[in-house]
Amino acid sequence: MNDLWSAASGLMVLFGSIISLFSAFGLIRLPDVYLRSHAATKSATLGVLFILTGAFLYFAAVQGQFSVKLLLGIVFVFLTGPVAGHLNARAAYRTGVGMWDRSVRDDLKAALKKEREEAESKRTELIRRSEAD
Amino acid sequence: MMNSMLEISLALLSLAAAGCMYRLLKGPSISDRIAALDTIGILLLSMIAVLGMLEGTSAYFDIILVIGIVTFIGTTAFARYIERGAVLEDE
Repeated sequence: MNDLWSAASGLMVLFGSIISLFSAFGLIRLPDVYLRSHAATKSATLGVLFILTGAFLYFAAVQGQFSVKLLLGIVFVFLTGPVAGHLNARAAYRTGVGMWDRSVRDDLKAALKKEREEAESKRTELIRRSEAD
Repeated sequence: MMNSMLEISLALLSLAAAGCMYRLLKGPSISDRIAALDTIGILLLSMIAVLGMLEGTSAYFDIILVIGIVTFIGTTAFARYIERGAVLEDE
């Protein structure tokens, strides 16, 4: 039984590291920041979750040690990985890092332009009003 | 059998970290480097989990938590820095 559990957790760890390797491959090969952050965020998080779950299973079933710290680590990585990727991509778009020249659609461009124009008109309105006073 | 599986996965993870290192050095934009650094932190975290399984000790779990937190905070700080020009803004 112990052998079965350790083989299962070893397989999970191996699978997770293969997924992590794919994510590094995507990080090297994909053409722009947004596609790369897609590879870096989603598949790296999945790989780490597999590895940590395998370690958790190993320690729970083989060593008989239910580790809350490892569980906390799993939850933490699951929550923060996508958030960090989103923050990074947002910062990249707002500082004007270019998209791949074969990208076909950019909905954020119009929305961001509208938002900036509204902010600008609000500011000029405020300045006008303060000068009139 | 499990030990050899764990060693193979350690080797694969180091290979993945080397690939991220390429992206970290090459760029071209700062956001690329930040994404690569974030991935390296996460890979380091999983390497330490695998190392703990290899040695059969639970002493490394604290390190996993700390590296996770530091990686997240570092990525957040870098992203805020390149977006607004400051990590902490004073009102």
